[in-house]
Amino acid sequence: MITATVISGFVLALTAPLLTRWRSSLAGYILTLLPLGLTTYFALQVSSIAAGQHLVESFAWMPSLGIHLSFYIDGLGVLFALLISGVGTLIVFYAGAYLAGNPQLGRFYLYLLAFMASMLGVVLSANLITLFIFWELTSITSYFLIGFEHEREEARSSALQALLVTGIGGLALLAGFLLMGHVGGSLEIRELLNQADVIQAHHLYKSILVLILAGAFTKSAQTPFHFWLPNAMEAPTPVSAYLHSVTMVKAGVYLLLRLNPILGGTDIWSLSLGFFGAVTMVTGAAMMVVQRDIKRLLAYSTVSGLGTMVFLIGLNTNTALLAAVVFLTAHSLYKGSLFLTAGAISHAAGTRDLDQMGDLARHIPLIALAAILAGLSMAGLPPTFGFIAKESLYQTVLGAPQLTIILTGIGFFTGITMVFAAGILAIPPFFGKSPNPATHHHSLPIHLWLGPVVLAALGLLIGIAPQLVAHSFISPVLQSVNPPAQDIHLSLWHGFNPILFLSLLTIASGGIAYAFRKPLLQFLAVGARLGRIGPLQWYYLILEGVKSFAQWQTQILQGGLLRRYILIIFLFAITTVMVTMFQHNGFGIKTELLSIRFFELTICLLMLAAAVITIRSQSRLSAIVAMGVIGYGIALMFILFGAPDLAVTQFIIETMTVILFVLVIYRLPRFVRRPAKYIQARNALVALLGGGLMTALVLAALNAQQGSRLSAFFKANSYLLAHGRNIVNVIIVDFRGMDTLGEITVLALAGTGVFTLLKLRPREEDDVCDL
Amino acid sequence: MRSLILATATRILMPMLLLLSAFLLLRGHNLPGGGFIGGLVAAATFILHSFAFGPQQTVRLLPISPRGIIGSGLLVATGSGVASLFKLKPFMTGQWKLMEFASGQSLHLGTPLLFDIGVYLVVLGATLIIILTLAEED
Repeated sequence: MITATVISGFVLALTAPLLTRWRSSLAGYILTLLPLGLTTYFALQVSSIAAGQHLVESFAWMPSLGIHLSFYIDGLGVLFALLISGVGTLIVFYAGAYLAGNPQLGRFYLYLLAFMASMLGVVLSANLITLFIFWELTSITSYFLIGFEHEREEARSSALQALLVTGIGGLALLAGFLLMGHVGGSLEIRELLNQADVIQAHHLYKSILVLILAGAFTKSAQTPFHFWLPNAMEAPTPVSAYLHSVTMVKAGVYLLLRLNPILGGTDIWSLSLGFFGAVTMVTGAAMMVVQRDIKRLLAYSTVSGLGTMVFLIGLNTNTALLAAVVFLTAHSLYKGSLFLTAGAISHAAGTRDLDQMGDLARHIPLIALAAILAGLSMAGLPPTFGFIAKESLYQTVLGAPQLTIILTGIGFFTGITMVFAAGILAIPPFFGKSPNPATHHHSLPIHLWLGPVVLAALGLLIGIAPQLVAHSFISPVLQSVNPPAQDIHLSLWHGFNPILFLSLLTIASGGIAYAFRKPLLQFLAVGARLGRIGPLQWYYLILEGVKSFAQWQTQILQGGLLRRYILIIFLFAITTVMVTMFQHNGFGIKTELLSIRFFELTICLLMLAAAVITIRSQSRLSAIVAMGVIGYGIALMFILFGAPDLAVTQFIIETMTVILFVLVIYRLPRFVRRPAKYIQARNALVALLGGGLMTALVLAALNAQQGSRLSAFFKANSYLLAHGRNIVNVIIVDFRGMDTLGEITVLALAGTGVFTLLKLRPREEDDVCDL
Repeated sequence: MRSLILATATRILMPMLLLLSAFLLLRGHNLPGGGFIGGLVAAATFILHSFAFGPQQTVRLLPISPRGIIGSGLLVATGSGVASLFKLKPFMTGQWKLMEFASGQSLHLGTPLLFDIGVYLVVLGATLIIILTLAEED
């Protein structure tokens, strides 16, 4: 059943384009049913999981490598699965109206549902390799979704940026997983949980940690990799809400939580997570306050939020992990709501610029309600879930055994910026003066307000009654993240204590900053220029560097002169083969094998003569015919040594080659300026070396053949297993059929390659390729 | 300039050469031959035709384009490997069936033959596409 929940998304994704073509207006409703069903399914599992039951499923995939298609649902899994399917339901529903009339809507559903299924795969996988595959699938679907409006240059380059950053992180992650599997002796996460001590004591622990953190940090946009996330705002807003705030960017956080019992608890774990998390928290918050584009502002606040989660996981106390989970849930609800609000605003008012908005509460009151509720949660004001999250954060930093002042300062600063940002998001656009009152406003269908209102209302509901989730959700998550289980307590009111005092101070400071926002923003705009020397610039520098390096080495190796290509290939082969032969003392030749018959001698002499003619000839045609003679000589040799298959093939190939050359020669200039003497000498030297080496290699191969058991196997089994008496052919089509499949694929590519080069050249009069 | 002798000879030779190529393909499992050689012989046949009548005529003669031949060849070869998956055996495990004839003779038919036909088609298509494209350029 768990497997079905993952697979069903992919299946439905494939049918989405057809469904959309069939009934565009109905498709949204029909496609919403799947995430809705999944949400129900996961919700039904909550109580049994809270009771300590974990669902497990496993199918053998590549058992010899320890790779299984295995899934399980525990507290952590079910929290994420519900976020993914629940928010997914609202997003699919929302997208139908947001992108109504878009001719690519079917394709959009395809990517979105495939993403949802991949993301479910990530959080439900019980095998590291399965997890990695779904992890990469989320990167790929995210690439398609960011670049959905692919006519725009920015959308394409942002999509590529996100793919490169998360993709390189993904490669590191794979290496980390493999190392961890090697050290822990299994790729199954549940088995690795028992190996935590072994892994942490191993000398590869640090390498594993660095590689896995590289994967998690790139995915979850930690500084200095955070720059792809704001640029990913080129995606349609439902995508930003879903992938880039609620789900995909939290995959890194998920991984850290998931692996906390295996890798966590060490000093280096706490130090790296704490450091990178804190830096990201502050960077995101600082970049956030100066944004005027509503989506970019939300993106930077997401960066800061992700930093907060990583930071809290790094602190690694019970309180800290509880705070991380609570913050993650609260963040998903309010950030998803705010993004969808932003989408609704741009749909209704046609702008994403905060300066262009005003007085929207009159036109879209429900959106204003959602924005205010979500804003309260973001600012951490009671009685919302966000308030509880912030209280937990403050409780953690105030209770930290070391660096209490610094940690509290970081949390406090971020808290103030969140109050400030929530203010400018939720108040002026809806209640401020409209800069252009004459703007026409579209009315909003239910699709566009349902999502933000539901998410924001949930944030409020959980805030008022946190006991709804404390024992059923949060406690099982903590059991997965930091076993054994503990009793937890969530509430709005903790009494008069330093935490409450700090909260009040945060709200007051944020409120003051909001009141003086105009001069403050003018002042900060100066500082914003500093962003221009940030990691985004490093990314471009590296990308340009790679490109120009590629260009430089291509120019050297593949300058367009065929002679040069052949020279390089030969020299390379000669060097490598010669070094190997010297190393293994491979020049020993068995003289008793060198008896020569009269026929062979005659053919050899003929071939030698033909070779001389090829070199000395003044016309291309006779050179080619002479080459043909050499080929025929080889074919005769095959006959003499009892290989009729090879001989026939060689004869036909030689003939074809001559035909081919004749066809090409037509187009070449008459003949041939002979190159300078020293170049001829160089070519001759390379040719002699190559020929000599081949001779030595063939003679050496005679020795090596003695030990081979392969030909004996082929001889013995050709008829028994493959029902064929012609061993050569049986090898080609049966024993080594996979090789042949590869070879004919190459042949097919070569054929179509020639066709493409000759037929699909851009015509001279138009520079557009005529495809 | 078209040579009458070549044209006449080609007309007579073509069916025989094509038969020969099919013969080489089918006998390949037990005696010298096989899809690779058969495909080359078939390609040589059509190239002979293009020498006698010009490449445009040859293209017209072919019921499907060389590109189509390549594609169907790859499809047949890959398909022959997929067959074993239905029996839960690894990709490209040979599947055999013994055919008994009334005359008392028997014949093993199997997916490797299908694979060889795929090889035949790809070799034929790839050779034709290269040579005909070059020849058509004139």
